[in-house]
Amino acid sequence: MKRTVPLLITFIVGAVLILAEFVPHEPFGNFGEDFSLYFDIIAVFAFLLGGGNLIRVHVTKVQRKKKDWPFSIVTLVGFLGMLAAGLLKIGNPDGIQGDVAKLGSLFNDLYMFIFTPLQASMFALLAFFVGSASYRAFRAKNLDATILLVAAFVILLGRTPFGLWLTSGLEGSLSFLQIPNLANWIMGVPNLAGQRAIMIGIALGVISMSLRLILGVERTYLGQDNE
Amino acid sequence: MELLRSRIIIGITLLSMVLMFGSALAQDADKRDVLDSTAVRVGTFKKPVNLPIPAQLDVVEDSEGDAGSSITVSWLPSPDDGAGKNNVIEYQILRSESQDGEYVIVGSASRGMTQFQDATTTDGVTYFYYVRTISKDGGANSQISAGIQSSPQWFNTKDLDTFIIGLIICAAVIYFIYHAQKGKKFFLRQIAGLEAVDEAIGRATEMGRSILFIPGINDMDDVQTVAGITILGRVAKTIAEYDTKINMPVSRSIVMTTARETIKQAYVAAGRPDAYSDDMVHYLTDEQFGYVAAVDGIMVREKPATCFYLGAFFAESLIMAETGNSIGAIQIAGTAMPAQLPFFVAACDYTLIGEELFAASAYLSGEPKQLGSLKGQDVGKIIAMIVILGLCGLYTVASISDSVSLLDFADKIKGLFSAS
Repeated sequence: MKRTVPLLITFIVGAVLILAEFVPHEPFGNFGEDFSLYFDIIAVFAFLLGGGNLIRVHVTKVQRKKKDWPFSIVTLVGFLGMLAAGLLKIGNPDGIQGDVAKLGSLFNDLYMFIFTPLQASMFALLAFFVGSASYRAFRAKNLDATILLVAAFVILLGRTPFGLWLTSGLEGSLSFLQIPNLANWIMGVPNLAGQRAIMIGIALGVISMSLRLILGVERTYLGQDNE
Repeated sequence: MELLRSRIIIGITLLSMVLMFGSALAQDADKRDVLDSTAVRVGTFKKPVNLPIPAQLDVVEDSEGDAGSSITVSWLPSPDDGAGKNNVIEYQILRSESQDGEYVIVGSASRGMTQFQDATTTDGVTYFYYVRTISKDGGANSQISAGIQSSPQWFNTKDLDTFIIGLIICAAVIYFIYHAQKGKKFFLRQIAGLEAVDEAIGRATEMGRSILFIPGINDMDDVQTVAGITILGRVAKTIAEYDTKINMPVSRSIVMTTARETIKQAYVAAGRPDAYSDDMVHYLTDEQFGYVAAVDGIMVREKPATCFYLGAFFAESLIMAETGNSIGAIQIAGTAMPAQLPFFVAACDYTLIGEELFAASAYLSGEPKQLGSLKGQDVGKIIAMIVILGLCGLYTVASISDSVSLLDFADKIKGLFSAS
């Protein structure tokens, strides 16, 4: 029973949503949108579970003085401080009934002057990681890596004015050898062809996976599968 | 004599006036004829001298394959559209509930466009439409359409091709699942990333370190997250058997509850329910970069021996994978986000590319039913290959032979397999 009911729900919801894709008439037409809305409502309530878990885990860590417990204090202060600033509308020019993100409110200040710069800093790290990953990926240790290296070099150069300047002398029938043109060709032909092959595979994989879930062949998400 | 001359002058003047008046009347009549010929019978705006040639209504019909409340108006563009002194600025679409009633503008379309969808209709009410061609000098009206009503349809005919192709693939998957159940064996190529799962868990066990499992940053409504969780079920069972520690920070509350249940059941299945703890899965934040900062912190502090990244990833993929690489963890990644795949390939030891992520659970289970479904996918691949090769051939022959009919045929086939 514990597994039959979820399997039945999965089958009915999956079948109805597939039907809704091809039957626009009421009541089927709005099922996709409605179900998505129901999910959002559930997710909002589930957020309380998430927040509660965060507090429980870190309070326990502080209480038991586990390894690196001071970081938990930072997490708790950040979480509860932001929550209080938003819920109590601290410093909000329009008071408790004002917009939570009103300019001048503490919540807005925390968001704009602490949260956003921190987010941007994390995002900025990506540039350095791209550098270190590229260094490893582009080492010409075999034929595949050498082809990757050459292609990457052409594309990088083709996206700069220097690349255009370097080969601008190649005109007429040789203009296809200009580095920006070569870069565009690599992106538009072999790269796109590869991406499309991956996309076709993904689409087929999604169909197969969805069918396994709808038909109850795949039950791992419900726990052990040999019941 | 003097009197005669003045009478002649008056006579000529009167004659000239009569001729001018007659000419003006004739011109006016001509203009009315033009208006009548284009069936302009509505609107009270003053007509300037250089009006554009009006667009001609083509088809006004109930919008195809929708839930109602929509009528599609199509027209043949004005000859002045994109040319001449009266270059068209836009087309206005006017609607009334009676043929001779008051028409109101329901929308407009830029020049060059020939279709407008009026999505503000009430089903069962009859509407009349006409299109007004607007230039800098004014507007000229098309004829009025016949009365038309919108209504909801029971089948979306626009997606008929998708329906048929989907049906073929689904039938193939079900067919192979059925035959697998009957005991038929299928060949399955080896997926290196999945072959390495046991090795990766074993390594963490030997080193006495934890395993980090990241299910992506999307919620359970993303099939990639579902795929990640199904793999977690298999991985967790092995982890339970090896008595290794798993740490699973998540960015969605529903993923947290689902993952807990999955791991719990895996521990029960492995006969070690006592070893399970809710703290194995813990929530961090919904925010993308807040999440990645926390995960990076966990990696650097706890130094897990193995990292799994299985689900939907965005810009955070490389930040996490590179941090994992820097601490020397063995890393297995899998995603269906094509833009993130190169990052994982560069930074991880093994990467499940696209469909491999969805095949992973079936592959790891080794169950004939699940493996049969993977075989069904191959039918879809064969269809895709035949269509791609066939269309390449058709377009090549059409190009060499300059055959318009062959080109049209190829375009039609391509349309059937293109996303609408």
